Amino acid sequence: MEKYDLIIRPKRHAFDINFKEIWQYRDLLRMFVKRDIITVYKQTILGPIWFVVQPILTTLIYMVVFGRIAQISTDGTPQILFYLAGITIWNYFSESFNKTAQTFKENANIFGKVYFPRLIMPFAKVTSGLIKFGIQFAFFMAVYLYYLLTQEGAVQPNWSIALLPVYIILMAMFGLGTGIIFTSWTTKYRDLTFLLTFGVQLLMYASPVIYPVSSIPEGTMRDILLLNPFTPILEGFKYAFLGAGHFSWASLGYSAAVATVILFLGIIIFHKTERNFIDTV
Amino acid sequence: MSNTVIKIENLSKIYRLGEVGTGTLSHDLNRFVRMNILGQDDPYAKVGHVNDRTQKAEKGELVAALRDINLEVKEGEVLGIIGKNGAGKSTLLKLLSRVTSPTTGSIKVKGRLASLLEVGTGFHPEMTGRENIYMNGTIMGMRKWEIDRKLDEIVEFAGVAKYLDTPTKRYSSGMTVRLGFAIAAHLEPEILVVDEVLAVGDAEFQKKAIGKMQDVSQNQGRTVLFVSHNMASIQYLCNRALVLQNGGYLFDGDVSDGINLYLANNMAKSEKDLIDRTDRKGGYNFRFTNVNLLNERHEKINLLQAGLKCKIELEYKLLENTKIIGIRMLIVDNKGVVRILCNSGLVNQTPKIFNKTDKGKVLFSFSKFPLPEGEYSLQLSCYTEDGIGDDIEHAYSVTVEGGDFYGFGKEAVVKEGVLVNYDVEC
Repeated sequence: MEKYDLIIRPKRHAFDINFKEIWQYRDLLRMFVKRDIITVYKQTILGPIWFVVQPILTTLIYMVVFGRIAQISTDGTPQILFYLAGITIWNYFSESFNKTAQTFKENANIFGKVYFPRLIMPFAKVTSGLIKFGIQFAFFMAVYLYYLLTQEGAVQPNWSIALLPVYIILMAMFGLGTGIIFTSWTTKYRDLTFLLTFGVQLLMYASPVIYPVSSIPEGTMRDILLLNPFTPILEGFKYAFLGAGHFSWASLGYSAAVATVILFLGIIIFHKTERNFIDTV
Repeated sequence: MSNTVIKIENLSKIYRLGEVGTGTLSHDLNRFVRMNILGQDDPYAKVGHVNDRTQKAEKGELVAALRDINLEVKEGEVLGIIGKNGAGKSTLLKLLSRVTSPTTGSIKVKGRLASLLEVGTGFHPEMTGRENIYMNGTIMGMRKWEIDRKLDEIVEFAGVAKYLDTPTKRYSSGMTVRLGFAIAAHLEPEILVVDEVLAVGDAEFQKKAIGKMQDVSQNQGRTVLFVSHNMASIQYLCNRALVLQNGGYLFDGDVSDGINLYLANNMAKSEKDLIDRTDRKGGYNFRFTNVNLLNERHEKINLLQAGLKCKIELEYKLLENTKIIGIRMLIVDNKGVVRILCNSGLVNQTPKIFNKTDKGKVLFSFSKFPLPEGEYSLQLSCYTEDGIGDDIEHAYSVTVEGGDFYGFGKEAVVKEGVLVNYDVEC
């Protein structure tokens, strides 16, 4: 029996994903991340400063619109921190989603020329998104420390800060999972792209980013909000740093379960699409 | 030792025409309503474009871009893959490079397979030469340490040592191509796939790619798969030819035989029968009825090749009694320039046919067909004692493949003028 290094066959089984191969291409992942960072830094004058400008402006607008005009509660925490916290963690999700949701469209050229495990691409986007998140988070921390040190009792950090990596990973899973489902669908239906930008925005308003769960009266509305798998992450994040919000292991577990299912589904759908997508673009 | 390095078994790739996503949800909804509720034809069905480009595809019709290909390639073989557009060449390459997956069958490959279509894939103008080397190398499946080891060689080969840490947007296009090629060349694949169609445009690069292929196959005993429309390069480089037609294979074996078969089979006959054409001057007493391209054995072929011994045969018919003075054939290129003028009158040959309904033939023979690769058309005219007998432009289109006119396996890059034999002293 002769031994072959590579056997190309028709469509593999849906669950037959070659993680070993992805691991072999880990250097490529690193290069893609590097490329993302380099190109973002080099193409703008202010470089990464833009990453901070966006949350500042958004926070200011929220303070005026939701804080001043609509007078939505921020659970007694400083408005600027409350909004900044919500925006920072939410941005990581929306960034990951927006970037991975264009995987096939943006890379049709490369994908049409050369084979490598396609999942590397969205993985790389989610990883390089961490840089942007890091910068925005650092900015949040700067403002946060200012309040922590100068204004006694304005914020109440607690032990659950230790869960920060969990929140980040969950947001990455959501961003990646929904993003790759989306990009797989858009290879067939281009018009779904229109959903892309405002879909995320709608989702943001449906999640407690700029308002706390406590501002919603008990009843159906709040029950629905609690079903939103983003709720435990957003509330938990704010709870950890600001001391306002809800935290429970059960809701976090629920969120993690949904994230896992979405990511799993996403990988299967993505995998099914990647084999032949070049025939349909 | 002749080791099988590629083994292809029952390989098929089927495209479903018209059932492929139309691109938008509204189109799909529209199609669903029209087809399933109103019972109309699929409004978005593509005209069969994979194999037979003249027939409309039935809705949901399956077209095999490749069907039941069985192939074994041995180590060190240089396999030329020939076939007209749509024959399945590109599909085969796509399957081999895993860009898309087969419908049935399998491909087994021993060793690393690299294709020269990947040159420069993933290059980003903002990144430096060094960063792009790593980027492109890892895309092609190299590990970082492999690139580390070969970095110096790559840089030297590409001649970019001085600019290694300069963004590639500052490189000249030649440098960029050299760098891309240097990386591909240092992948050291056991199997190299070259698609010349995709490399058009840059003559220097083509030359390099072919040189590399030669080097790889002859000096290193590696396997090369080469797709080209240029029969000269195929003839010169390959030691085995595979002729594909409509997704199946027509021939597998000796290169010269393969090329002859390809030339004979390529291209459908001219659109409308010459005799019925109305876009002609005259045609009352004399009509050209048919054009045939013949090889030296007097068999019909459908393509000519630069340097080929061949004949162009014009068939005609008299509709009235008349006397033919001369029959002229112009070979016109696609810019409208007359490249060759042949006139039977100039060489004192006139047909000895005078009577109504008589049929005849004129043969123009070429010991070495003197035009470079390109598309040409024939303008045919006939003078009779009663004036213009027939004059018809674009009477027949002729595709000329590149060929080895001078016998050195080389061709001018510029496909202009007429090929003549000449002596050079230096």
